[in-house]
Amino acid sequence: MAQLVQFDIWIPNDTAEARDVQERIIGLMEQNAWPMRDCFGVRLSLEEALVNAIKHGNRMDPDKKVYVACELTDDEVKVVIEDQGDGFKVEGVPDPTDDENLEKPSGRGIMLIRSFMTGFRYNDKGNQLTMSKKLGVVNEE
Amino acid sequence: MSTGTRRLELEEVGDVTVAKFTDKKILDEGNIQIIGNQLFALIEEGRQKIVLDFSNVEYLSSAALGKLITMDKKVKAAKGKLRLCAIRPDIYEVFAITKLNKLFDMKDNLEAALQGL
Repeated sequence: MAQLVQFDIWIPNDTAEARDVQERIIGLMEQNAWPMRDCFGVRLSLEEALVNAIKHGNRMDPDKKVYVACELTDDEVKVVIEDQGDGFKVEGVPDPTDDENLEKPSGRGIMLIRSFMTGFRYNDKGNQLTMSKKLGVVNEE
Repeated sequence: MSTGTRRLELEEVGDVTVAKFTDKKILDEGNIQIIGNQLFALIEEGRQKIVLDFSNVEYLSSAALGKLITMDKKVKAAKGKLRLCAIRPDIYEVFAITKLNKLFDMKDNLEAALQGL
């Protein structure tokens, strides 16, 4: 499991900045010939996780920042995303696929990350997400 | 009101309005807001039968799903009909994971979407 790339960065609390990091990570995966399907899942998960950190974690506060760390090996990509908010309890997030929630316009991001990534863990405070994707592994429902 | 660049290509096929997304990625909050406004305007203009064509779309986020859900509610409230079509498998998976494939009327391609609408 050779490490190919590792970086970490603090970015301003801004979705455009977040998208640049997203592009950087996907670009690294593409350069290393990761399958498109994996890139799709990781891009979507990065989008959801970064938007959650900026909007819900840091509550759009322009004085706050988001930490992103990425490690790419030849068979796994691991990303840590941390905001400067108060955190939340991931188990308290309602299931968006329950009948009473199905027509609600929000609340699907975490479910998508869990589905597309192979590893998913929040710290106890709930302001730091560690997520990972194994090359070519598809989660079974 | 819809503002900014047009994000939907509109075509009338009989009494059906086909709205094709022009973006490959429906991710950015600002874009999603504009797309939402342009979609909602279709209903406000009195269009009853709407097909959303996803053939250009390679990525969408949960924020875009939220707009589509609101769109679906508005169409139903106006007693109209909404169909989604030409969704590529990766994106279909996003709908399937969130079980929104049960909520939306989805067809493989535009021809199938126009049939019997």
